[in-house]
Amino acid sequence: MTDLNTLEAEVLAQVAAAGDLQALDAVRVAAVGKTGSISGLLKTLGAMSPDERKERGAAINALRDRVQAAITEKKASLEAAELDARLARETLDLTLPGPYRRKGSVHPTMQVMDEMVSIFADMGFAVAEGPDIEDDFHNFTALNFPEKHPAREMHDTFFFEPKETGERMLLRTHTSPVQVRTMVSQKPPIRIIAPGRTYRCDSDATHTPMFHQVEGLVIDKGIHMGHLKWTLETFIARFFETDAVTTQFRPHHFPFTEPSAEMDVQCDRSGGEIKIGQGSSWLEILGCGMVHPNVLRACGIDPDEYQGFAFGMGVDRLGMLKYGMPDLRDMFASDSRWLAHYGFSGFAAPNSASGLS
Amino acid sequence: MKFTLSWLKDHLDTEATAAEVVAAMTMAGLEVEHVTDPAAKLAAFSVAKIVEAVQHPNADRLRVCQVDTVDGRKEIVCGAPNARVGLTTIYAPIGAYVPGLGVTLVEKPVRGVVSNGMLCSGSELEADDGSEGILELSDDLAVGTAAAVALGLEAVIDFEVTPNRPDWLGVAGIARDLAAAGLGKLKDLSIAPVPGTFPCPITVAVDGEACPVFSGRLIKGVKNGPSPKWLQDRLKAIGINPKSALVDITNYVSYDRARPLHVYDAALLSGSKIVSRFGHHGVHGDEHLIALDGKTYELTPAMSVIADADGERPIGIGGVMGGESTGCSEATVDVFLESAWFEPIRIAQTGRDTGINSDAQYRFARTVDTGSVVPGLELGTKLILELCGGEASDVFVAGEAPAAPGPILFDPAYVQGLSGLDIAPEKSLSILQALGFKIEPPKDVPVAEFATHAESVVCVTPPTFRRDVHGKADLVEEVARIAGFAALPSTPLPEVPRAVGGVLTARQARARTARRALAAAGYAEAVTWSFTSRATAQLFGGGAAELVLANPIASELDCMRPSVLPNLIEAAGRNARHGFADVALFEVGPVFLSDGPKDQRTVVAGILAPRPPRAWDKRPAEDVFAIKADLLNLLEEIGAPVASLQTAQGSASSWWHPGRSARLQLGPKAVVAEFGELHPAVLKALDVAGPVYGFEIVLEAIPEPKKKAVKTKAAFTPSALMPLTRDFAFVADKAKAAGDLVKAAAGADKALIASARVFDVYEGPGVPEGSKSVAIEVLVQPREATLTDAEIEALSAKVVAAVEKAGGKLRA
Repeated sequence: MTDLNTLEAEVLAQVAAAGDLQALDAVRVAAVGKTGSISGLLKTLGAMSPDERKERGAAINALRDRVQAAITEKKASLEAAELDARLARETLDLTLPGPYRRKGSVHPTMQVMDEMVSIFADMGFAVAEGPDIEDDFHNFTALNFPEKHPAREMHDTFFFEPKETGERMLLRTHTSPVQVRTMVSQKPPIRIIAPGRTYRCDSDATHTPMFHQVEGLVIDKGIHMGHLKWTLETFIARFFETDAVTTQFRPHHFPFTEPSAEMDVQCDRSGGEIKIGQGSSWLEILGCGMVHPNVLRACGIDPDEYQGFAFGMGVDRLGMLKYGMPDLRDMFASDSRWLAHYGFSGFAAPNSASGLS
Repeated sequence: MKFTLSWLKDHLDTEATAAEVVAAMTMAGLEVEHVTDPAAKLAAFSVAKIVEAVQHPNADRLRVCQVDTVDGRKEIVCGAPNARVGLTTIYAPIGAYVPGLGVTLVEKPVRGVVSNGMLCSGSELEADDGSEGILELSDDLAVGTAAAVALGLEAVIDFEVTPNRPDWLGVAGIARDLAAAGLGKLKDLSIAPVPGTFPCPITVAVDGEACPVFSGRLIKGVKNGPSPKWLQDRLKAIGINPKSALVDITNYVSYDRARPLHVYDAALLSGSKIVSRFGHHGVHGDEHLIALDGKTYELTPAMSVIADADGERPIGIGGVMGGESTGCSEATVDVFLESAWFEPIRIAQTGRDTGINSDAQYRFARTVDTGSVVPGLELGTKLILELCGGEASDVFVAGEAPAAPGPILFDPAYVQGLSGLDIAPEKSLSILQALGFKIEPPKDVPVAEFATHAESVVCVTPPTFRRDVHGKADLVEEVARIAGFAALPSTPLPEVPRAVGGVLTARQARARTARRALAAAGYAEAVTWSFTSRATAQLFGGGAAELVLANPIASELDCMRPSVLPNLIEAAGRNARHGFADVALFEVGPVFLSDGPKDQRTVVAGILAPRPPRAWDKRPAEDVFAIKADLLNLLEEIGAPVASLQTAQGSASSWWHPGRSARLQLGPKAVVAEFGELHPAVLKALDVAGPVYGFEIVLEAIPEPKKKAVKTKAAFTPSALMPLTRDFAFVADKAKAAGDLVKAAAGADKALIASARVFDVYEGPGVPEGSKSVAIEVLVQPREATLTDAEIEALSAKVVAAVEKAGGKLRA
């Protein structure tokens, strides 16, 4: 049996000495391959007597199994060492930055518009639209502005050159023409808001030639000013996302509503910035009123059967109040730093489950 | 419009403070802009008397005074030369803020003597009387009298008058509303006529159009000089410079009763007949007037003109401004006083045409009380006789005032119906009466309109100064604002059946999704002007004459934009000039094809000016394919039929790089979007460095999604069979669009080929000059059974044949 012991010691020494997988495979082939030393011993079994074969066979098979096991074990350890070496080679400096990505944003005015749409959609308002380039009828006449009346002058209207017919198109000075277009094209009950761009020929620290309004209109039987008050109070509380906000109605004049009112919100102006929900100042935030019977008539609605209210508010201004943007003009300057600072995530879509922003 | 509290109290019996008046005005609908209240500003200051004044031990010019003050006797150091024993003046205690000096008094020694307060000059109290030294007041004033009272300073309230309420342009009108609102009792506003003592020697003729009614009278033997102090003080307090008694009286009546008057020096009138007519300029030659402001105006046929010499010589622009030639002066002895009424629209137009915004023009343009023509003349006469003496003629009236507002049938229950306010009918009617409305039983009520409340209906006639009131809604407003909007109920809107699904239209929803998708993809949303310069508009296919503004805010914003791209590109330029050149911007907004209501489109436009920071891994900046990928992802996101879109290269508009731009279209007339690299010449014109990549999607061009009854999606039917890929390389002309070859390959067998895509484009050795090699991977998805080798061969042959037909030759 000495020869088997010698062979085993020899092969196991070779296995142990194998420096890499290739050398180990050579050892494997030399020992247990088809023509390997141990395989060769097994081939000698056929010439032996049954007794001898029984004893000798068991010994050789046991030897083969031990060698196999040693090779498998060695292989695993060599593979582990090789993987360790590869991983060491593959080390990267992860303090280096990943590829540059721009951070996108939603403009605060548009975020605020989406917020308003979301709040009013919950109250059953649909969203109506109309063109920015309007005619005199929709912007003024149908809204009960008398011809050449001073109230028209107060609108600082942008005009286009008169046509051959004498008609002069203009940029809508408010979103109220959408009221007219809606009432002319659909029958009451009506419950819409109309967000959009509006234009006044005016530019200073607090005015820009273009700004955004949201118009509201509710026409039905029996709608009165108390409904208007509730709607706006509810809106303002939901918009500013606070119960602390206090509002007041103050009489005003608009040609297209009767009675007309402005709504003020209580605020604190002491620190140079305006804070809603505290303080003792009032800030005008919107105009509203009961739709004037002449407007209803101009749109083919009988004011003795239907009545309702309308309101219009400045989207940019309400956005500035809510989110603290100090200057209206910045809203339209497209400064990438400003957009990144005041903008909103694309995923901050207002909804009644997670809130407005 | 401004007024003072004492002026208000001429007409309103009230104890209210300035703050209370302001609060009541605000809640009645008068928007107060500004209040200057000296009583508040000078609250710390009061009357004091000097009882002893001795030379300061250490200073020649200073005196040490013992002063009786509201705080007892005080030792005060004073440097004024007139600080003498017995003087009644104004004292400021330690701690008072002195407005004229802008300092708060602190106790400190003056040259070794502690001064326990200060004696004040007029300028230190911002009540400059022009004199030097400390104030010298009447000895009748008691120690401790408030400085504002002692100096006769009072609150000035400045407020804005809405165009519907011209009656608020007179103090009496404000008093009426405040009395109705419960702030006090309205005094008698009626005006007693002044009987004439001789017939008016000057006659007037009106044509009824240029001037409907004109009343006048001669007052002879007047003495015109400075007006009395009370009148001067009144006018000065509201910012009007006193001129002479006659002119001051017209200004006073204008601000007191919203009733403009005019005075002519009768000695300077030519002839004895005054005519009101339209101007002649440009019709019968030229006609000009040198007005009281010294400027010359053309008198056009749109203007009311007052002319003497039997209508020959213009002496005034009716309702706007008188002429210089007949103006009153110190030398005036006989004065002709005018009280007329002019059409508001004409006066508004004349104001715009002449640029004159006089007190008279402002009031006539907003409608003067038609009932005030003769009463206004009488009030003017009374004041002239009182202040200037003289003798008045009879009143001459030509023409007729426009009809008074007609009666309105009114059911007081409508107050609650329209406003929601729960107000007793009697209360509503008493408010209307307090505002000057006449309430009478109705003569005959149309049964149909008031069938249910016939017994409560009344007939309400608005006063002549309330020509803004036309119907019952106006009456509700009157009642509601005086009763107070604070009492309005808060009534929830009735529930309405909700539309199933959302409230947005498909386009609105797409705009909303596009905004959020682009923000998530790294683009920052901008909101830019809807206008641009006409030259820029022309660069982007716009600039049509009908889209050019007649009165732009600035010349570079004079035209409606045909595209959002130029605004975004210019924004990129501005950011670059600030040192932030790397931008990805987008905007969702309108563009304008023409000026009709259907000529506006909503576009989603984005630009990418990739100037990323240098990368340590040498990663290149994005190119035009980056924006193409963003665009297609976006189109997919907003539900555009991306699979059906054709990429039409070389057919995009002129503002794109001709070789690096394309249209995405459903057909030649259904262009959904354009994208690519902006034309370098366009960027140069906009002064912006390139490259800039961009896209613009027209939302209206994307077909509306099909409306389905239910939201169920098509069933998921994955093939159980393994897909396989086959690669092909084709040689094609260099100019050949790879997309055409891919499309041909993908279409070779629609049943089996799931997709085809380019994985390599090669030019160089092995490919003929002027050609390129396009390698395409075709994904084959067996449907029914695994394909045999023969079937795969046949499919490959079909692909090769299809691509060859499209202009690609299988590479050997």
